[in-house]
Amino acid sequence: MPKRVGIEVSLAVSEAVCAADVDVIAAYPVTPQTHIVEHLSELVADGELDAEFVPVESEHSAMSACIGAAAAGARSFTATSAPGLALMHEIVFIAPSLRTPIVMVIANRALSGPISIWNDHSDIMAERDCGWIQTFAENGQEVFDLIIHAFRVAEDPEVLLPVIVNMDGFTLSHVIEPIELLSASEVSQYLKPYKPQMVLDPKEPITMGPVGVPEIYTEARQQAESVLNGSKKVIVRAWKEFAKLYGRSYKPIETYRTKDAEVVLMTMGSVTETAMTAVDRMREKGMEVGLMRFRLWRPFPLEEFRRAVKGIKALAVVDRAISFGAQGGPVCSKVKSALYGAPEQPQVFGFISGLGGRDITVEMFEQMVKKAIRYAKKGKGPLYELVGVRER
Amino acid sequence: MMDAALKDFKKYTRKSLPKVEALAQGHRACQGCGEILALRMALKAMGKNIIVASATGCMEIVTSPYPQTAWQVPWIHVAFENTAAVASGIEAGRKALMRKGRLRKQRTTIVAMAGDGGTADIGIQALSGALERGHDFVYICLDNEAYMNTGIQRSSATPYGAMTTTSPPGKLSIGQQTWKKNVPAIAAAHGIPYVATASPAYYLDLMNKAKKAATIKGPAYLHVYSPCPTGWRLAPERAVEISRLAVRTNIFPLYEVVDGQYILTKKIKKPKPVEEYLKLQGRFRHLDKKTIQEIQERVDREYEALVQKAALTEAEEESTEEAEK
Repeated sequence: MPKRVGIEVSLAVSEAVCAADVDVIAAYPVTPQTHIVEHLSELVADGELDAEFVPVESEHSAMSACIGAAAAGARSFTATSAPGLALMHEIVFIAPSLRTPIVMVIANRALSGPISIWNDHSDIMAERDCGWIQTFAENGQEVFDLIIHAFRVAEDPEVLLPVIVNMDGFTLSHVIEPIELLSASEVSQYLKPYKPQMVLDPKEPITMGPVGVPEIYTEARQQAESVLNGSKKVIVRAWKEFAKLYGRSYKPIETYRTKDAEVVLMTMGSVTETAMTAVDRMREKGMEVGLMRFRLWRPFPLEEFRRAVKGIKALAVVDRAISFGAQGGPVCSKVKSALYGAPEQPQVFGFISGLGGRDITVEMFEQMVKKAIRYAKKGKGPLYELVGVRER
Repeated sequence: MMDAALKDFKKYTRKSLPKVEALAQGHRACQGCGEILALRMALKAMGKNIIVASATGCMEIVTSPYPQTAWQVPWIHVAFENTAAVASGIEAGRKALMRKGRLRKQRTTIVAMAGDGGTADIGIQALSGALERGHDFVYICLDNEAYMNTGIQRSSATPYGAMTTTSPPGKLSIGQQTWKKNVPAIAAAHGIPYVATASPAYYLDLMNKAKKAATIKGPAYLHVYSPCPTGWRLAPERAVEISRLAVRTNIFPLYEVVDGQYILTKKIKKPKPVEEYLKLQGRFRHLDKKTIQEIQERVDREYEALVQKAALTEAEEESTEEAEK
């Protein structure tokens, strides 16, 4: 039986990477740094993890080195946060096109302007269309489990795509939680050694990353799109097998008390636990309120989402990032487009909250729900609103 | 450490040139391209047990338009500025896999290649990081002294006075207004075991340096003069001639830095005036006597500084009067 220990979530990330017997870690301590790579370098220094730790000079090089390592046939990992992810941006898009199954954990934090080290989702939303599989964890245990799952899915011969596991900076990365840590031998039942399909080998030379002339670029992009969409069945299958082996089951979308719910809050990440408390309180008061959250963000679980909203009158979507000039947050915009043409179309109200480390409290969730109920009754509300802006 | 690695080092001679070709014929380089010539020689010298990481640039574009490839060795291109980092990852990955018994133990040469822009400008951070970390790889900078692939824009390796599309001569400018960045010196400052400059006009010297770079464990940096007839406004048949002139005018001296020790590998007995080199190229056509004199003085000064750093005993003398081979 795996042991349950109190451990900082960042350290649990390192333990998961260690249990996955990763071969190469390339990382850079951009501010805001987490303890992930510090602990990984400790595990390597102590001989507990047999891997090459490449202390690169930037995040841009971290992703580049991970690509090189994966192309050489090695299981590779990196972790980063907002400014580091932004610096990596160019290379993040190249990893899926080279079909390099890298796993990256992002402690989600605000992008600069003004500089902020605190939690929101603006970093990952800027990488929304990068072609990676993207999941969001709600708590430490889920972070650990999603990392093991990420390697399994990434390296599946039907997928061969990199995976991002998102966890909230500070509110998850720096807190101590009780987590069941699977050992390397327990993980080995689920995750076999990486068998690359294409590898840089002098015996069988291949050319990787050639020039995509206009005659083939569209087709290359189409393939990237179809393999990402097609990965969903592998993702779901891998979660089912995870549940069989370890007893914890995961789905692309989680719902909480949505039965007979008039208004359903939609969230992502750790704030979901606060939203649960808010839902419980409102239910106690007799309000018909539920909660839904995306665990799988890319590929977007369209069918699951459309099924999940059946019978729901209104959605209150909580975004933790602004999509500047788009009149709404990225999650809300996606939700609206996913409902267009759907058989059942609840009303959608967008709330942007919890930017740059500002808390979203139980009371704030209650207020958003109340507003959504009011707007739903009227049949209209504002396009979106920024919650809790201080007047002075 | 050099002595141990090079104890049994066998130089190539005219008679023992390797037959292997990493680069197939039929690539799309311009007529008279000195860069692909230099690349071909360097690759020949390193054999087929290599993996190449390439930066974006002329050499990447002309060798890999899908579905064709000129590469007969494993090759990867990721982006412009990161080839040293990609090579770092390849080296680290193979090291881990060999240690873990998942890859047969063998020494494969990991080569990172980039142009002068990809090395001296946008890629210098990744290069510095990889050199400092001590990866076992060879970095080849193919220096054609501007961003040729994007349309002849100036780089920090463009020589003083040269005309490029972003250093045009005009009423207020002589063209490139800065002096060429000394990247080999920057590489050497990392304390790596091997740095060398090479030129395709001295093909045996170039190939032996490439072979040495591959033989030595740890980072090696090769800075290779790569004439670009298209961008330099030079007659395509003169690429080799201009390469030789660059050496014989001391504009591009050939040397090695072995474990920090500078060694001139070609000592020019009676250097030719820089004007002979400049006048063959359209990119310098606008230069007046005063500027040419300024360049001459700078070249002399830099060469003298190099001589002072070098142990001249190792140098082979060459007379500029001997018949061209």
